[in-house]
Amino acid sequence: MTTPQRRRPRRSDSAPAQVARLLSMLPYLRSHPSTPVSEVARLFGVSERQVIRDLQVLWFSGLPGLQMGDYIEVDMEAVEGEGVINVANADYLARPLRLRTDEAVALIVALRTLASVPGSFDRGAIERAVAKLEDAAGEMAEQAASVQVKVDGDAVAEVAATVRAALDDQRRLHLSYWVPARDEATERDVDPMRLVVVDGRLYLEGWCHRAGAVRLFRLDRVLGIHLLDTPAQIPTDVRPRDLDAGLFQPSPDDELVTIELTTAGRWVADYYPHESAEELADGGLRLRLRARDRQWVRRLALRLGDSGRIVDPPDLSAEVTASAREALAAYGLQ
Amino acid sequence: MSQAAKSERLMNLVICLLVARGYVPKSRIRQVVGGYGGQSDEAFERMFERDKEELREVGIPIETGSFDPFGDEEPGYRIHRQEFELPEIRLEPDEAAVVGLAARMWQHTFLSAASSAAVLKLQAAGIEADTRSISAVEPRVGGEEPAFWPLWEAVRDRRAVRFRHRKSAGTQPLLRHLQPWSVLSWHGRWYVVGYDVDRQAPRMFRLSRIVDNVQPDGPAGGFEVPPLEVVREAAANLAPPEQAQRSRARLRVRTGTGHALRRRAALVEAGDEPGWDEVTVTYSSPEDLAEELVVHAADVVVLDPPELRDAVVQRLQAIVKASA
Repeated sequence: MTTPQRRRPRRSDSAPAQVARLLSMLPYLRSHPSTPVSEVARLFGVSERQVIRDLQVLWFSGLPGLQMGDYIEVDMEAVEGEGVINVANADYLARPLRLRTDEAVALIVALRTLASVPGSFDRGAIERAVAKLEDAAGEMAEQAASVQVKVDGDAVAEVAATVRAALDDQRRLHLSYWVPARDEATERDVDPMRLVVVDGRLYLEGWCHRAGAVRLFRLDRVLGIHLLDTPAQIPTDVRPRDLDAGLFQPSPDDELVTIELTTAGRWVADYYPHESAEELADGGLRLRLRARDRQWVRRLALRLGDSGRIVDPPDLSAEVTASAREALAAYGLQ
Repeated sequence: MSQAAKSERLMNLVICLLVARGYVPKSRIRQVVGGYGGQSDEAFERMFERDKEELREVGIPIETGSFDPFGDEEPGYRIHRQEFELPEIRLEPDEAAVVGLAARMWQHTFLSAASSAAVLKLQAAGIEADTRSISAVEPRVGGEEPAFWPLWEAVRDRRAVRFRHRKSAGTQPLLRHLQPWSVLSWHGRWYVVGYDVDRQAPRMFRLSRIVDNVQPDGPAGGFEVPPLEVVREAAANLAPPEQAQRSRARLRVRTGTGHALRRRAALVEAGDEPGWDEVTVTYSSPEDLAEELVVHAADVVVLDPPELRDAVVQRLQAIVKASA
């Protein structure tokens, strides 16, 4: 979809990466005796075969000189038999490595972000956890200001507080909710499931009785919210959606639209997921994107004006022109 | 040589340097760490240098030094346990739960590997931070920006950088010289805030508008980062400004449409015709408001002022013209 991104090199299969993993795995195995191979594989995000290869490296490691009794003991019979891991004779590697700066920063910044969510939960626990991690990270904790995630605050605080109350008491909410793609105010009853915070924006995820489905509602688009006395009743087979697939993934069934943008319209590529972006000779861009809703594309095209035009499908392009003509007619113009 | 053999050598090197009472001379390391023994002098030197470098890269602190006050002895190496090990840390169950939840925030971003590795270390230290539990709040931050790592490393090392940056889409990129203070995410976009050396003032730049690579432009420790409050304030001030809204516009808005306009309206009255309201909004830039209004097509008509009306009409005419 976009250009390939440079990732920080940390291949799990290189020898240094394997050693770094073993230096966490060994203390883990010591404090969690008889852990199944499959569980270790899941935790460390590697295959079971890789765990076995890791154990074989341990098997040949030990105190300098590697005389009898110097080797780390790995119970390979139990690994092959019951599929569980037990290690011994490695008291000098009882604790994991210190946190690296990027690791300490990742955790502390995420906790601080969580603490800044209005109506957030467990603020006390978050603050205590941050203090302890900062202690453990020492000087590195000073770097925690090197990354910040800003979260919507005051503007949605009241709505967030009502959502939180509904979640705490497991009660139904009534929402007046603005759907921008259709510029429509909708009334709906929603049974709240959780508060989702994506890129600093707050969403209520809940079972929407109007849609008969799980929906996300952006809190800054809530026009009105009421806590009802009705208890929430979420169908038992309903699960929160998998956020790692992206909040709003266009479906492959959605209509494919091609828009040609001038240099002034290039911002569209930054804002919306797209299938492809092709550079044009005049500094513009030809963008192909999936549109769930024709009305949304029509509004986008109207907004773009002469900095972008729909080239395909032609009938959608004609709809935009017709809307513009109709609007001109309202001014008594052609 | 197989990777397993290399991993064994690295493990044994780590253990050797960790359990030693003092600095271990290179000759001794060559003797006792399996894998170095059979090598020529030159090959050993090369291997050993590379091994040290690679172990340092994954966060293992190998020190060089000597206890000999006259420096006659060959220098040795050691791993200081205090620098090596995670210090004692105990988290209550509710604290461990929020750590597990927080670690999920970075999934599928540049910090996801770092946050998983951190959680594994805590788990290895006996802290049960579950990253799979269901929570009432679920945070996520998106985005993969190639400029993130060089900028973050520059912030960490307090090293000035230079890069080419487009002010807005479509404009020519300009070369910038920046002392970076912080990298921050706001509504799905990443920015770097810092002191702009050319403009001699704090500035903020969007990462996705950085063209090519970020280059170092000075020594490590080359500047001081101001206190956190100053950085936060600079970031807040540099966020797209809320301009003073001096002008008023009167609009005819079809009932049931224009919700965003109605929300921020100074006044909403019933219109002369049924099915229409008269909505008064304040604004700063007629062009920006025109862009917003034109989206509503025939549902919103500008009554006043004429400059706004003309701006909307011009946009509509441009659309019609482009299709001809």
